[in-house]
Amino acid sequence: MGNKLITLENISKSYGSNTVLDELNLYINENEFLTLLGPSGCGKTTTLRIIGGFETPDTGKVIFDGKDITSLAPNKRQVNTVFQKYALFTHMTIAENIAFGLKIKKKSKAYIDDKIKYALKLVNLEDFANRMPDSLSGGQQQRIAIARAIVNEPKVLLLDEPLGALDLKLRQDMQYELIRLKNELGITFIYVTHDQEEALTMSDTIVVMNQGYIQQIGTPENIYNEPENAFVADFIGDSNIISGTMIHDELVEILNVKWACVDKGFGINKPVDVVIRPEDVELVKEDEGTIKGIVTNIIFKGVHYEMEVMANGFEWLVHSTSLFPVGTKVGIRVDPFNIQIMNKPESEDEEAIGVEE
Amino acid sequence: MMKFIKKFYLVIIFIFLYAPMVTLIVFSFNNTKSRAKWGGFTFKWYAGLFNDSSIIQALINTLTIALLSSLIATLIGTIAALAMNNMKKLSKNILMGVTNIPMLNAEIVTGISLMLLFIFFKYRFGYVTILLAHITFNIPYVILSVAPRLKTLNPNIYEAALDLGANPLKAFFKVVFPDIMPGILSGFLMCFTMSIDDFIITHFTKGAGVDTLSTKIYAQVKKGIDPKMYALSTLIFVTVLVLLILVNYTPNKEKQRRLKGEKAK
Amino acid sequence: MKNKYIKFLSAPYIIWALIFIIVPLLMVFYYGFTDKSGAFTISNITAIATHEHSKALWLALYLSLISTAICILLAYPLAMILSHIGENAGANKDKYMVFIFILPMWMNFLLRTIAWQTLLENDGVINSFLNLLHLPALRIINTPAAIVFGMVYNFLPFMVLPLVNALNKIDINVINAARDLGANSVQTFLRIILPLSLPGLISGITMVFIPSLTTFIVSDLLGGSKILLIGNVIEQEFTQYSNWNLGSGLSIVLMIFIIVSIVLSTIFDKDMEGTAI
Repeated sequence: MGNKLITLENISKSYGSNTVLDELNLYINENEFLTLLGPSGCGKTTTLRIIGGFETPDTGKVIFDGKDITSLAPNKRQVNTVFQKYALFTHMTIAENIAFGLKIKKKSKAYIDDKIKYALKLVNLEDFANRMPDSLSGGQQQRIAIARAIVNEPKVLLLDEPLGALDLKLRQDMQYELIRLKNELGITFIYVTHDQEEALTMSDTIVVMNQGYIQQIGTPENIYNEPENAFVADFIGDSNIISGTMIHDELVEILNVKWACVDKGFGINKPVDVVIRPEDVELVKEDEGTIKGIVTNIIFKGVHYEMEVMANGFEWLVHSTSLFPVGTKVGIRVDPFNIQIMNKPESEDEEAIGVEE
Repeated sequence: MMKFIKKFYLVIIFIFLYAPMVTLIVFSFNNTKSRAKWGGFTFKWYAGLFNDSSIIQALINTLTIALLSSLIATLIGTIAALAMNNMKKLSKNILMGVTNIPMLNAEIVTGISLMLLFIFFKYRFGYVTILLAHITFNIPYVILSVAPRLKTLNPNIYEAALDLGANPLKAFFKVVFPDIMPGILSGFLMCFTMSIDDFIITHFTKGAGVDTLSTKIYAQVKKGIDPKMYALSTLIFVTVLVLLILVNYTPNKEKQRRLKGEKAK
Repeated sequence: MKNKYIKFLSAPYIIWALIFIIVPLLMVFYYGFTDKSGAFTISNITAIATHEHSKALWLALYLSLISTAICILLAYPLAMILSHIGENAGANKDKYMVFIFILPMWMNFLLRTIAWQTLLENDGVINSFLNLLHLPALRIINTPAAIVFGMVYNFLPFMVLPLVNALNKIDINVINAARDLGANSVQTFLRIILPLSLPGLISGITMVFIPSLTTFIVSDLLGGSKILLIGNVIEQEFTQYSNWNLGSGLSIVLMIFIIVSIVLSTIFDKDMEGTAI
């Protein structure tokens, strides 16, 4: 991956008494697919709008390619945006929509026609040039919105929950489409979503945000397998988050039972949060497990069964391909490698950004 | 800078819109009948107001015509909007077109057309003709404010009420009616306001001896306006201003409380 | 709410509309096309061609076009500020609308116009103020300019309201998208905001143009009763000369202009219902 293209330095933004972003620092590399992920109100869209130029931060700087663009108007930035709900110009044809930015830049007619053809081909909608936006399906409108943005050859494409209005199947197709586009264009994508699956599928880097703070930055694998705190663990996929005590290196006590793990350096007898993914919980015969429990609930999910197992006062979420009927007494075992230890939030500030249901 | 320009522009427009109101309020305290000179401060026009039976009569006419015409128009208009919601497209469009006639046509034409109607049928001009005319130009406001509400109404809520055992009439009054109530209410208020402010149509449909405030003022234009009219207008204006502030202030507070409540959760 | 009998509830309104909307209009046509004895004639219509009447009609057209144009220029910036496009003061905007539309109606419209008479007078408040600033005095009372002023004052709200409604329907991201694609404010306004708010503009134009064209009060009060508009001519035929036939004939001519302007507006605006009051 290339050099730093965009740097956000100490960005803060509030609306009245509501702080949306607090001292945010982030850099985005050239040719990176970076996703801002978080629940609504976490500040991800505001971050995107600050990069796009639709909001000015109260404090801090936006550096683009070495230049401070914090107060530069959106029409003078080398970034283009794909908006929520597409924001197509309903009074113009598809071709006119795509040509809009190029006409503003006074490009030649031949150049514009070429570009329209190229862009429509890129999004697989070659025959739609003379249609009106209202006559297109949501997925098609979405692709036109992307085409309209990329003909301007931006260095960065900003995508604000672009798939939010589409149904599940279409959303999955569009995810592949976006990855393909990104590879063909070779530009930076900054993508905003609240859908963790979208983030995991497409991104090079995921930035998990909550309540105006960055919670964790990392690759999808990294974020999923090694969440740094309970919020990230809970937000990315299902998980069992249990309070525990780190007895010493590689040994943790949860639910009054000692478990072997692989984490070190937390100190001795330190309270911690423990994350165990439901697919990492193994159900075995009652006597073979680390602790004993009883199956209380089962839902068939297609690829696996989702079960709830009550053990030592905690309801474990378990994903398994083999069925244990309700009432079965089972043992629970977890591979030490799959036990993820996290620090408890220390200050009240961090407490506030903890798990929210 | 941009914000300042916006504020400045708003202020200019408000001065433009409210300069006459301020002027009239000043007139109402002016101790001379002339509008050109300031003759000192007085309350005498306000005091005299309540002894002037012709002004009081005009006020009563204005208010009762506004109230009656708005009530009747709201009733007819709401029922019509409900019925139109269940009509075929063509007949609905025709009726909507007819409804738009008094809205789009010039008031003077509406006024003279009603005048000709009463002349043709030799109906005596008076209180009733004004009332009929006001009902006529008020109904469209009700229909146009109720119809959009009905259009966006979720038809399932009526069916859900039936499903849960309500009979059609009960289902209507329990679930549909509360939903369209804001439309009915704003239609009614619009009617009332329009009726109070109307001059042109009243001018053509009134009979000798019956006056509303508007026609009384018009009659005084040539010989000079009785300053008691300024006093009365000031009183009406201030009353409505106070009501508006109360209405606008109260629900806002409630909204804030609700927002805070949501955050607390 | 599908019930086949509900539609019959429209009967009272249909009867009302027949008696008080349709029949009166037919009356206008009946009187317009007959003379005092009841015989058919078109002389009431052709009377518009007489110098006195055609002058009143052209003057009314001329002044109402000017006042409509001024209303557009004044109302657009105002509507932009009051719609969601102007981003400040979100919740207060509805209140501004009430203070622009509803409240002024409660001060009688004749009195408001009479107040302008005093303010605009040659030695009135405005000129004293201008004098204080050493600016030239306005000599507009009893001139066509004063009539235009009165029209703008009385009908400006009817331009603002549909414009605000139309602007509020524009997705704010559509405007952001135009900026994002490189358009400056002027380009964004001309290429995006103006075409998308056109339905509101058109209905605003009809809502200002028709009452301006047909007014007799504003010209009466601010024009010093020497300047006659077509509205004044019709009003006089009815109330002073009791010549209902001629008055009706001239009204028919007036209605032709009204119909033309409505037809023109519906060609542009297929969504009339949405932007009417």
